[in-house]
Order: sequence, then structure tokens, then C-alpha cells
Amino acid sequence: MEFTEDQISRYSRHILLPEVGGKGQKKIAKAKILLVGAGGLGSPAALYLAAAGIGTIGLIDSDVVDLTNLQRQILHHTSDIGRPKVLSGKEKIQALNPDVQVSMYEERLTAGNALKIISEYDVVIDGVDNFTTKFLINDACFFAGKPVVHGGILRFDGRVTTIVPKQSACYRCVFKTPPPAGLVASCQEAGVIGVLAGIIGTIQATEALKLILGIGHPLTNRLLDFDARKTQFREIKVKRNPDCALCGAHPTITELFDDGDPFAGCAVRP
Amino acid sequence: MIKVRIPTPLRPLTKGQGEVDTQAHTIVEMIDTLNASHPGIKDRLCDDTGELRRFVNIYVNEEDIRFLKGKETSLKDGDEVSIVPAIAGG
Ligand SMILES: [Zn+2]
Repeated sequence: MEFTEDQISRYSRHILLPEVGGKGQKKIAKAKILLVGAGGLGSPAALYLAAAGIGTIGLIDSDVVDLTNLQRQILHHTSDIGRPKVLSGKEKIQALNPDVQVSMYEERLTAGNALKIISEYDVVIDGVDNFTTKFLINDACFFAGKPVVHGGILRFDGRVTTIVPKQSACYRCVFKTPPPAGLVASCQEAGVIGVLAGIIGTIQATEALKLILGIGHPLTNRLLDFDARKTQFREIKVKRNPDCALCGAHPTITELFDDGDPFAGCAVRP
Repeated sequence: MIKVRIPTPLRPLTKGQGEVDTQAHTIVEMIDTLNASHPGIKDRLCDDTGELRRFVNIYVNEEDIRFLKGKETSLKDGDEVSIVPAIAGG
């Protein structure tokens, strides 16, 4: 595969980096990244990965754009209200960079379809808004052997960590199981400062690019916690749990399942 | 003095405070002391049997207590304890 003159210009600031170069840019052009959720976290990730020249971006989201999304979901515009997020997202990605192929999945990620979809990709970005699907992504990426960059946002707090299955701590190593429905509040009830999605989503995109390029040190075994009120990052050390139900020595989870109710919410109730 | 970082979802129980100072020799004692000054917090951290809830993590100086001595992990003056529940907004 050879780049055109225009592509060499478009990606020149990457190609200039010794860590990337023409070789790295070709890796980016061949890469396939799946964004689960085309919402707050998925939006900035999609735009930066599109700009970077990722070969194929998969978008999976069953929702249509709602007026309440626009405060943070920058992939979607006012004129997109009522349209499927995957379609709105595909248009923005290709308007920014026609080199990028976009695969749309207008559905929820479920125990039934997760492995089939995820197995098509090199890296997965978790941008969903509920515990059940976050655990499902973790489990599916473990079974498929795909790295996943987890992100979570709530009010003024953001979290991000990279999981390389069988090598670093998984989401279940740290959080074990979703909170029971009775203890969970919905995202609508909790609120979130919109720009937080940009901060966490772009860190997720950075991690995905690093994994594709094989450069630097991934955010594995570290849970990065961001407090927007103080503009403070804190790194929490996490470790693989030998008793992890998924990736531990004696796993009890041996196939995919929907753990809890995906509509229960995204935060532990106060 | 032990400094305890309170996560956002639990701040309604601490009148919005993100950090609370307390005195305790172990995590169990810390939870009881916190619950005395901020009633309801124990219920958020522990289940009916008194065990720590599975989706809540507690770190002493950024080290997971699960890899120390769990609830019996000892605390000393100047330690910082973080309570870290999962958050799932996107
Ligand atoms: Zn694990």
C-alpha cells in the first residue's frame, strides 16, 4: 500500500514523528478500531481516530440523536436530532477524512453478537453508558483476545484504563460485578460536565493509537482517575486478581452473558 | 489522622465534602467511625453481612486493600484512603 501525495501531506505531522513515520502511518491505515457507543466518549475518539487516518472505524450504537446528547456528544449536530447515531457518526467521520471506512452497527452490543463483531477489530474502545455493557465488553474482549480501552464518566469524575487480556488486570479483576439494580442511578439523574467526555474520550483514542503503533507504555494495570473540579489526575495501581471470575486461575465465567440490566444506569446511588 | 477520599456518588452523605479526616487503626474501624459521623455510609460500602461490596474498592495510599489484609488492613497516622466505586457513564 502506497500513500498518495495528498495523504502524505494530510499525515505529515505524524510521519515526521520518529515513533510513527511512514511505517507507523501505514499501521494506522490498516488498523480497525471498534467504538462501542457513539455518544460522549465515542464522539471525540471517533473524530481524532478519523483524523489520524485509522483504516476502519466500527460504530455500534442503537440510539438516535436526542437534544440532551448535544451538550457533550460532539459527533452529532442539531440537525441530526432523531437520526441514528451510527449514521450521523459515519457522515462526520467521512466528512473529516474520506480515507476512513466506517462500519455501522445500529444495535446494542449483546452476549449474542459481541464476539462476532469484536473479532473483526484490532482494538476496542468502551464508550457505553451502563455497567452491564461495560462488563460485557470486558468479557468479550477477553474471550476474543482483543485489547480494550475502558472509559467512564460521571458528574466531574472520569476514569480510564487499558486492558490487554491475559496480560493486565481486567475490569472484573478490579470491579468484579455490576452493582445490583437497586443501588444504581441512571446517568440522566447523575449529570456530567460535557467536556469531561472530551478529556476521557481523547485519552482512550491516544491509548488505541499507541496500541496500534506499539509505542510507549500503555495505561495497563493503572486506573487513571481525573477530577475535573480540581483538574487533578491520580493513578490507582490495579493488579490482575488471581481469583478473578473471568481471567483468574479458576474462572467461573466461561461464556458471555448479560450481567444485570443494561438499562439500570451508570452510577452507584447515593 | 487518616484522610479519606469520598467518591462523588457518596458525597451527599458527607455534605458534599470530597475529603474527610478520621481516626482509625483498621479499615473496619474507619468504616464504623465514618458511619458514626456520616450515617448511611457503611450501608453503601458493606453488604448486610458486613462484607465490603464487590463493586467498591478501597485503596490505602493507592494500594488495593484486597492485596493487603482486606478489611483488617491496618492504618497509621498520615495514611490516605480512597474509596473507588465503578462508574459507567459514557
Ligand atoms: Zn480479570
